[in-house]
Amino acid sequence: MEFKDYYKILGVSRDAGQDEIKRAYRKLARKYHPDVSKEKNAEEKFKEVNEAYEVLKDPEKRRAYDQFGSQWQQGGQGFQPPPGWEEQFGFKGGAQAGGGFGDFSEFFEALFGGGRPHGRRGGFRMRGEDLHASVHIDLEDAYRGTTQTLTLNVPEADPASGRLVDKHKRLQVKIPKGIQEGQKIRLAGQGAPGMGGGPAGDLYLEIHFKPHRWFRVEGRDLYLDLPITPWEAALGAKVPVPTLEGRVELKIPPGAQTDKKLRLKGKGLPGRPAGDQYVILKIHTPPADTAEKKRLYEEMAKVMPMNPRQGMGV
Amino acid sequence: MLQEKIFTGVVLDENFRLTLLEICRICEVSAERVIELVDAGVIEVEGAEPLHWRFDALAFRRLQAALRLERDLGVNPAGAALALDLLEELRRLR
Repeated sequence: MEFKDYYKILGVSRDAGQDEIKRAYRKLARKYHPDVSKEKNAEEKFKEVNEAYEVLKDPEKRRAYDQFGSQWQQGGQGFQPPPGWEEQFGFKGGAQAGGGFGDFSEFFEALFGGGRPHGRRGGFRMRGEDLHASVHIDLEDAYRGTTQTLTLNVPEADPASGRLVDKHKRLQVKIPKGIQEGQKIRLAGQGAPGMGGGPAGDLYLEIHFKPHRWFRVEGRDLYLDLPITPWEAALGAKVPVPTLEGRVELKIPPGAQTDKKLRLKGKGLPGRPAGDQYVILKIHTPPADTAEKKRLYEEMAKVMPMNPRQGMGV
Repeated sequence: MLQEKIFTGVVLDENFRLTLLEICRICEVSAERVIELVDAGVIEVEGAEPLHWRFDALAFRRLQAALRLERDLGVNPAGAALALDLLEELRRLR
């Protein structure tokens, strides 16, 4: 079991007063709150900070924690509560996990009796926590719709102890076509189980798109940079373009320039209305790597003299 | 071989709407509390009277976030409205 240094987690000294602990907690809770923080491990940190505060704000728990400080220092990863711990301190009721983003660690539960009594023993009915997870899908899956198999850590009642323990849960979830980046899917009743016969919480899946090798996505619209030749740009042409439903022909008007934006109506992500696909032209010039190619470029310079920097006054 | 059940959820998209009763049930919050948060500008609703209010996906997400901010950080409704507006602005800028 991993040792938790609650003082270090809150960034306070071992002799810190209650006010200092409270201030440190509030600052860190704001920093790592999952609704506010963009840090990768914000939720985990938020849980850790909550757990540390749960112990250090309570004089009884703090006293107990402090009393075995030296043993914890020696115990390291292999720490077990000392014999007689429960009899001496009698922490069985644990605590209600602060926040809806999870629960307390194994370390906390070993010392203070676990934060999550389950079943009717508590004598009150309580809805289970909502759970949140991110799902990363391919853009093609958003276009066609898909079914994803997810493995989640979901607290479940252990019939032997009546407590909640984390269990892996496999869930097949339908991702409807036309789903957008950042949208959430709510699965009612698939969150943590309730207490005292209360209903289960909900599961919220936040959809994210994996980066695509060609397309960028804004809402339901797709953006594609399309390389074209100088003569396709100058003379106009019909060129093949990839879309999510396959290849289509795109007409480039004569005299097109780099960054010209052409629209393929309805070729974005499905919806009401469906998104569009925007094609951004990028003129690629062939290298002048032979005498013949150089001669052609020189001929062009003679026949079509132009100053593309004229607008800059240079 | 047994087929695994496939779960279909509700997408919180532009068609998503909840009544006051539904949002109270899902968020486990009283109607009075929701009305207070609407009055404080935390969430915007469609419809004139609470009985006819409709909450879209954004309002639903903001209400849930405001309730969490209040529970976890002790933020009052006005503070939650300000924090959520700033977070949305930040998201747009990013």
